Amino acid sequence: MSQTKITSREYEELNKKASPGTKSYKTIPSAFLIGGFICVIGQALTNFYMSLGLVKDEASAVTSISLIFLSALLTGLNVYDNIAKVGGAGTLVPITGFANSVVSPALEFKSEGYVLGLGAKMFIIAGPVIVYGTLASVIYGVILWAVGLIF
Amino acid sequence: MPNRISRSTILLPNSPSILASAAVGGKKEGEGPLREDFDLLSEDTTFGEKTWEKAEMRMQMDAESRALKKAGLHPEDIDVVFAGDLLNQCISSAYSLRGLAIPYIGLYGACSTMAESLMLASLFVDGGIARRAMAVTSSHFCTAERQFRFPLEYGGQRTPTAQWTATASGCLIVGEKNEPPYARAVCVGKIGDLGIKDLNNMGAAMAPAAADTLKTFFQDTGTSPENYDRIFTGDLGQVGSDLLYELMEREGIPLKGRHDDCGLLLYDRETQDVHAGGSGCGCSAGVLCGHILKLLKNGTYENVLFMATGALMSPTSVQQGESIPGIAHLVHLSRKPQ
Repeated sequence: MSQTKITSREYEELNKKASPGTKSYKTIPSAFLIGGFICVIGQALTNFYMSLGLVKDEASAVTSISLIFLSALLTGLNVYDNIAKVGGAGTLVPITGFANSVVSPALEFKSEGYVLGLGAKMFIIAGPVIVYGTLASVIYGVILWAVGLIF
Repeated sequence: MPNRISRSTILLPNSPSILASAAVGGKKEGEGPLREDFDLLSEDTTFGEKTWEKAEMRMQMDAESRALKKAGLHPEDIDVVFAGDLLNQCISSAYSLRGLAIPYIGLYGACSTMAESLMLASLFVDGGIARRAMAVTSSHFCTAERQFRFPLEYGGQRTPTAQWTATASGCLIVGEKNEPPYARAVCVGKIGDLGIKDLNNMGAAMAPAAADTLKTFFQDTGTSPENYDRIFTGDLGQVGSDLLYELMEREGIPLKGRHDDCGLLLYDRETQDVHAGGSGCGCSAGVLCGHILKLLKNGTYENVLFMATGALMSPTSVQQGESIPGIAHLVHLSRKPQ
């Protein structure tokens, strides 16, 4: 039997040899360029809002809102996933990736209704990010507080 | 009566005929190298329906009605239907067949369903349990993605070993010995698992089961790859095919040159961005019902082994850290009866 002759470990070695790896020389630069481009758009928006008279904090908040809107719009127009196919982490890491991860299941699961479909499944990808992001911020806060007590 | 020559291999002395078959595909399949072989290709992946699940059911219904029409038969002429698909509780099959009132046996064999249903249909006809039996299956990229992976519009990247679920359906009707092609023998696969856990590398998960079924069949029948014009595997893709060659090579059975994989035939990997190749029940079903049976009918091939492979995991089992069990069922199709 072929299954008894070869061990899982041997097979894993064969699998590694047969499986092509990600072409990092291509994917990393394209993630850098596309991610960078999104940041440039963000900076341009911030500058634009500040030129309209908003202070820096307000301009940053409005910029985030604008980027979220653009990402949601492009997701709805079936464009964002095509950019992400090339952009990889460049489109995943900025706030646009987070918006896409909320909008895409909302669109996808609308067919199961607004409550059990859209409503329940909307945070299926973003949910863990929110949960562990909040948890991390609490831990960070506790560390900051403890460090403050000592020094 | 079927003649069991081992635990796995059963010869079919009455050699049932494949009376007719039909293949239906979506837009991407229509852009691939096998576009001429499909009976129906839809430009619209929704097949005019409101949800992806309904689209898959519609696609299966189209395949069933076209196969019946080509055979000149009505639903009441079919004694039993074997059907299955990838969706939870096999809804595409149950819903597509609810209007036809044919005695129904639902199957789950993941991407091996075409071989599994053809195998059972052939056994039923050969054994005289049914005069005519139908085998049908389907898969839809959009239903499979939302059940097994991510929403369609989610901006994720696929790994190079990932395969593309075909939007396709295949249906065939097996009847008593008539014209070629005939089903001459079947080999029931055993579940194989060599510890692959990567949901994006199902070819590697299924290759050990494929190697085992092939080797068992060659041993039981005393044949070798040279006795067949072509050996078609279900959807191992590039990675799984390479691993199958390696595993068979170790058994002293070279396959290269005699083997084709349905997942590699259905799409052009260079231009269609399908990474390691096609997959899904519809992949091997579309290629068998459209392409392979046509080549057997017109005499291009005399003897063919059709072996569809399936990965029998669920999203839950994978999330719980389980490895992926694979299966492969084989049917020997020929222009000559047994």
